[in-house]
Amino acid sequence: MKIEISNLQFTYPNGVQALKDISLSIDSGEQVAIVGQNGAGKTTLVKHLNGLLQPTQGHVLIGDWDTTKYSVSKLASRVGYVFQNPDEQLFSKTVGVEVAFGPRNLGYHGDQAQMLVKDALTLTELSDKTETNPYDLSVTWRKMVALASIISMDTDIVIFDEPTTGQDAVNIARIANVIAALRARGKTVITITHDIDFCAENFERVIAMSQGKILLDGKANDVFGQEEVLATTYVDPPQLTRLGKRLIFNKTVRNEAEFLAALKRQV
Amino acid sequence: MAIVNLQDVTYKYPLTDTPALQNINLQVNEGEFLAIIGPNGAGKSTLCYTLAGFVPHFFKGELSGLVEVLGKESLDSTLSEWVLNVGLAFQNPFNQISGAKYTVFEELAFGLENIGIPREEMKVRVEDAMQLTGISDLAERSPYSLSGGQQQRVALTSILVMQPKVLVLDEPTSQMDPIGTREVFAVIRRMAESGMTVILVEHKVEWIAQFADRVIALKDGQLLLDGTPSEVLTSPILQENGFGISRYTSVARKAKEMGLWKRNELPVTLDEAAEGFAADNHI
Repeated sequence: MKIEISNLQFTYPNGVQALKDISLSIDSGEQVAIVGQNGAGKTTLVKHLNGLLQPTQGHVLIGDWDTTKYSVSKLASRVGYVFQNPDEQLFSKTVGVEVAFGPRNLGYHGDQAQMLVKDALTLTELSDKTETNPYDLSVTWRKMVALASIISMDTDIVIFDEPTTGQDAVNIARIANVIAALRARGKTVITITHDIDFCAENFERVIAMSQGKILLDGKANDVFGQEEVLATTYVDPPQLTRLGKRLIFNKTVRNEAEFLAALKRQV
Repeated sequence: MAIVNLQDVTYKYPLTDTPALQNINLQVNEGEFLAIIGPNGAGKSTLCYTLAGFVPHFFKGELSGLVEVLGKESLDSTLSEWVLNVGLAFQNPFNQISGAKYTVFEELAFGLENIGIPREEMKVRVEDAMQLTGISDLAERSPYSLSGGQQQRVALTSILVMQPKVLVLDEPTSQMDPIGTREVFAVIRRMAESGMTVILVEHKVEWIAQFADRVIALKDGQLLLDGTPSEVLTSPILQENGFGISRYTSVARKAKEMGLWKRNELPVTLDEAAEGFAADNHI
């Protein structure tokens, strides 16, 4: 399902202009990371995709739906949104009930609903925790419950807001697996992140935002190569991109495989 | 001289069977900058609470062993005596904000009011601390209207104004962008250089390597490693136990197998990696 944003502007009621003339299109099945300093407008932008915010000017199309013409609950069938803080999202007594809530609201029932729940629990490695109260789990697992409760809705578009904040290496790897599985299913995944190394290892397209505008938008390596532009939105390129640059590699690299291949060529 | 002294510390939260901390032995010298790393659930925050006196005074539970700061034992002190020496900035700043004050300025003065600092000195200390952490422009804002990153700066500042001997920070930059992280680390480093003892929980390994004097690794409530940043952060034990490691360390380890990294010691920082790769491969 294609996302088409044209000339989007948004001003908060207090007069702060958070988005200034954003135009952007994301194809079905793309994996996009959005980076940029605090206050750049990243969260404001993605909140337009499921109708939590409505444009002050301009349009947002999700497939053939204009977000101004559909309710948030209707848009939820196309766009899933995982909050940064799982505690703002979870409310059920057990993990199983929590994860079943979304599909039930979208009108799934019987075997189909059960299948969606089971699949989401498997993907997030929660199958052994269905009877647990989410608040008896560690923050790491609560994060996975938040992911599962959106994945079970089987939307074409999934948005993650800062999925790796406060997570350890093991859980970051788990989250990367979930994103890879969604990619394999042809889902569109949009992720806001400060974790630039996570971004480099899991996303092909990167959008850098600053002060309500898009600064850079392109293939990850092309974006990471623009160190000076990135610096204006306080983003450091990934660690291995910086190392490649220090070693004067002739190409921008962003992960271990690319780095080692370039190093071999150089030697 | 050790300012913090933990001997054989074991602690269980109320109603739990497994200890959150097990036989921890740790001495921290005055002015030292110690970083604590570990996977989620390793006991990092519990160790912070123990150092800050919340374990056991606030959380109750069963504490055994010796917890000493400046030669005084935690169990023999009240929490209100203890906080004069040890300040803790919480992992979640939202939990730290008093809720009793309308502005950031008043929030920062709250701790000083409680210990009876004269009004004029209070003003000076709050203003100085705000300047140090770069939040002077937030003085009149409500603490609850701030972003996560800004709240974290307020939480840190409200501890700095108290001028504790030991500063305990539980992931103080988790909600900040890279530039915010860099600025806050510079402030913490300056505190350590001015003689404050700093104990910091942090996932961002590259920063630890640049700033800390010493690193300990915790897992399942136990102390796994204790040494210099480069000893601990390049230890193969970390990766085997699910710790995050620097990309420089991990890529050099792979390059070593390919004969493209020749020295024994592995890098943690960009500078170490760039120097090593350039020298070993004549780039």
